[in-house]
Amino acid sequence: MVDRLTRAKIDMEEMRRRVESPECGAVASFSGTVREWNDVRQVLSIDYSGYGPMAEKILEAIEVDLGRRFAGIRIAIVHRLGRLSVGEASLAVVVTAPHRREALEACSEAVESIKARAPIWKKEHYVDGSSWIEAGRCLPSSGKPKTP
Amino acid sequence: MTVRVLLFARYAELAGTPELEIDLDPDRTVGELWDRVRERCPGLRPVSETPLAACDQAYSDPTKVITGSKEVAFFPPVSGG
Repeated sequence: MVDRLTRAKIDMEEMRRRVESPECGAVASFSGTVREWNDVRQVLSIDYSGYGPMAEKILEAIEVDLGRRFAGIRIAIVHRLGRLSVGEASLAVVVTAPHRREALEACSEAVESIKARAPIWKKEHYVDGSSWIEAGRCLPSSGKPKTP
Repeated sequence: MTVRVLLFARYAELAGTPELEIDLDPDRTVGELWDRVRERCPGLRPVSETPLAACDQAYSDPTKVITGSKEVAFFPPVSGG
């Protein structure tokens, strides 16, 4: 049983070991990290929260779907939850494939699917307040109880 | 039937709770349940968009009839990655 959601630092080397194989001549990876600036606002940290059981299912479904569509690939996805500082990785995808094209395309598609479908949300904390980020929009936080 | 309703992210903040239970007549839709949730949680009334919804952890349209779902979640646009 693989945990695709974690509160610990993402270990991309472990992910790579999980999907490497002698048949694969290509490794493509993506890591999304916390940016210091969102437009003109300086970001101190981001809280990632998720609908855990559903997010796990969606991430697994994305892996299965890409595995069917790109012959010979192996894919590992991990998304982090909790409070992350600038520079820390929130998402990592590692794909191995016999050849580079499948590896690169599957990696890119995985990232787009995760961002579109996984029930995970980020709340940015700035020097002067906080915002929920929703589909590229910033919405002010009321600062009431934390979500699970 | 009693449905366990889960709220996430901004919706949980606006409602002041991440979870509530609602007694629902049979053959009600996801959209009708959302109306009931907003009656119970005044903080959600300013929400103007149609929320994303999931019945037993699968994305569902507002028109879906809730039959046998134990858990229905409502949440704003996702922003993982």
